Amino acid sequence: MKRVIYRELETEPGFWGPLVALVLLVGAGLGSAYYMEHHGHVVTGMDNRIVWGLPHVFAILLIVGASGALNVASVGSVFGIAAYKPMARLSALLAIALLAGGLAILVLDLGRPDRLVVAMTTFNFKSIFAWNVFLYTGFLAITVAYLYVMMERNLGGWTKPVGTLAFIWRLALTTGTGSIFGWLVARDAYNSAVMAPLFIALSLALGTAAFILITSWLLAADGRPFEESVVTRLGRLLGIFAAANLYFAGVQHISALYIAERVPVEDFLLVSGGIYPVLFWGGQVILGGLIPMALVFFAASRSTVLLASVLAIIGAAAQIYVIIIGGQAFPLSMFPGYDVSSNIFDGAIADYTPSLPEAALGLGGIAIALTAVLVAVRVLRILPLQLIGETDAADGNAGTQSSGSQKGRPAAA
Amino acid sequence: MSKCNGGKSADCGCNSETSTPVETARRWFLKSAAAFTTIALAPNVTLLAYAQEGGAQQPGQPRGEPVTAQKRWGLLIDLSKCAEGCEACVGACSRENGWKAEGHPRTDAQWIRKVNIKNRKSGVERSLPVMCQHCDSPPCVDVCPTGASFKRADGIVLVDKHICIGCRYCVMACPYQARSFIHEPVEDQKSYAPRGKGTVESCTLCVHRVDAGREPACVEACEAAGHKAMIFGDLNDPASEISQRIAQFPTHQIRADLRLDTGVRYQNL
Amino acid sequence: MMGAQSYIAGWAYVLLSAMLVSAWLAVPAYAQEGANPAGTRLAMAPKPARGQGDKCVAPTDWMRRNHMSVLTHQRDKTVHDGVRAGPFDLKGCISCHAVTGEDGKAVTVADPKHFCRTCHDYAAVKVDCFECHASRPVEGEQSSQLNTERDLAALADYLKGKSP
Repeated sequence: MKRVIYRELETEPGFWGPLVALVLLVGAGLGSAYYMEHHGHVVTGMDNRIVWGLPHVFAILLIVGASGALNVASVGSVFGIAAYKPMARLSALLAIALLAGGLAILVLDLGRPDRLVVAMTTFNFKSIFAWNVFLYTGFLAITVAYLYVMMERNLGGWTKPVGTLAFIWRLALTTGTGSIFGWLVARDAYNSAVMAPLFIALSLALGTAAFILITSWLLAADGRPFEESVVTRLGRLLGIFAAANLYFAGVQHISALYIAERVPVEDFLLVSGGIYPVLFWGGQVILGGLIPMALVFFAASRSTVLLASVLAIIGAAAQIYVIIIGGQAFPLSMFPGYDVSSNIFDGAIADYTPSLPEAALGLGGIAIALTAVLVAVRVLRILPLQLIGETDAADGNAGTQSSGSQKGRPAAA
Repeated sequence: MSKCNGGKSADCGCNSETSTPVETARRWFLKSAAAFTTIALAPNVTLLAYAQEGGAQQPGQPRGEPVTAQKRWGLLIDLSKCAEGCEACVGACSRENGWKAEGHPRTDAQWIRKVNIKNRKSGVERSLPVMCQHCDSPPCVDVCPTGASFKRADGIVLVDKHICIGCRYCVMACPYQARSFIHEPVEDQKSYAPRGKGTVESCTLCVHRVDAGREPACVEACEAAGHKAMIFGDLNDPASEISQRIAQFPTHQIRADLRLDTGVRYQNL
Repeated sequence: MMGAQSYIAGWAYVLLSAMLVSAWLAVPAYAQEGANPAGTRLAMAPKPARGQGDKCVAPTDWMRRNHMSVLTHQRDKTVHDGVRAGPFDLKGCISCHAVTGEDGKAVTVADPKHFCRTCHDYAAVKVDCFECHASRPVEGEQSSQLNTERDLAALADYLKGKSP
């Protein structure tokens, strides 16, 4: 049995260099938010037709990725797969950081971000958005507790129950996020219960990919071993999740095609809609689904898994872009059988060109998440000294203490 | 205790300036004592003072009683009378409520718009105003996280801009593209139609006029333009003109498939 | 861990320096106050514009403390219940306390002389009202149906009866 030892990140240039770059990005994001707030959203590419734009693509990417990033910890704690336990702390940390980054974007994009306190105190409980406020804050609290019991050896016995709660909560969270779109009854591109499992599958693929890349980065920064067998194992997991994501995307579009009134919007998204079919087939299906699956199942190595992870994230971004922007770009159908026109573009496809402030705000959110991860691994014992294949993590919770006090403790991590 | 109390009332807004210091001090004492009752009773003051008036509300007088579900306000728009190219209702709404084009058609406010439709098979063309349909089951109200989007007891769907955070989820949820988000700073609003950057807005059915016993500006303008295509009235009152017309003629709700029970109905669509 | 400790210590120095700098920047203000406490306070005290007529809808001192509560109460009754009669409506405040600017027109909240701003600037409390509401009476607007005379008279009578 090998003990897992966790240590703070020790590299100096590998810490300060990225930190400075990330803080600059955060600053650019905050500056953009102020600029949008001061001038109004007229300075963005968003308008009355595309009311949710690039910031929301980034926000949903981070929020969905957050719940998926927790998956590695869940596999260890809830399903008891020992090989995943050494990675559990980083997995939980990443979940917290990504969610915080996503929520920051969402809040800073509000028309009245100064009224955040209203959003946190005044609720309409029929709104899935209001439920999500509780799902998000609850997820943060539970995952912080989860990380705490994993790191506090005297509380090792709590790891499984708290980890199980976190796992159930993350399923609820992604169900809630998918339902933000799934419950929009008036829009043919959304209004489907399959949005919830689709978002869960998407989150698993996206979160696992993000976890693989960030773990590689941090371990490499300190020159710590990240054995190829662990990388390819995570890669296979990513491949399975990418397949699940493609499956639910298939269900989403095929069932919509079966409903006559939805054929026009499906035609728009899959065939005739310009950028959206390109992003769907090229980005979501091929780059984000088929190629990563081929790489991890038929040509697994460290570099192919890392490439597959990058592609999976690009594919997820394309998928979310098609859902959010593509779903809004297609006009609402108010008068079936009629050609419709008006001075506010009724009946016409909405144009959308993302603006620089939107992109900067979105990148700022990612930078917030990565800054939090980098600082946390610097001051807390999150990163294992090594991730190698034969690790038997029956004592994955042991930290750096001598093994004497650990005897007889249930395999907890 | 405020620095700015009775003895120094010259510094402070409202007091009469003709009082001698002694009078002022005495009055301050009386007011302090009265303040306790006022704190407790101020809401009642409002209620007591105006309770009698609400019942006998006259046109032009402010409403003193809460609205109830006894009434449900609605509009009937007769397309056979609505002229293509006529924008009288749109202009009247804009003037009444103070929204206007800022030169950015994609982000400009549009509480009401004229939509031209042409049947693909028969080629029949119609023109009709579309605005908030004041649904009985409004999707915008369901999705609003803070409850800013709400339906008044009398069926008018409004945005409480005091608690709107500008998330735009209601704009996503509305089947009618009836809501707009205020993308730019606003100045010199009408006192009865407050609106400001970063919140969502839509047709209020001229709620300030309705509360004063008047008709919405669009209805008035349509009549003034000689079309009389719009009828405003109480859908709950079988004797009202709008209810009688709906009983007599087939009328249409846009997206009737959603069963939102709209307050705005269309005739001859 | 040495790394972590020196890291935290580093931040502690940064924080401490920031506090010292802010304290130093604030010294002139305190020095002036120390030299002439009463005079400075009086000079700085807000002087809000007097309203029209000879009294407010409620005792001035009470309004000073409670205007925000009654305005919020009235706002909810108006927006949600359609109750538009009542003494505590913002429109009433705005028209009664309008301050005339150099161009002879009422000033907006952009002007520091605006009734609300005089105190709110002093107390550093943000006013959210004018993000949406007009901050001066709208000229020639006819939809203001409030009978101010009657409202004020009714409330004044009521308060007189209650005073000891």
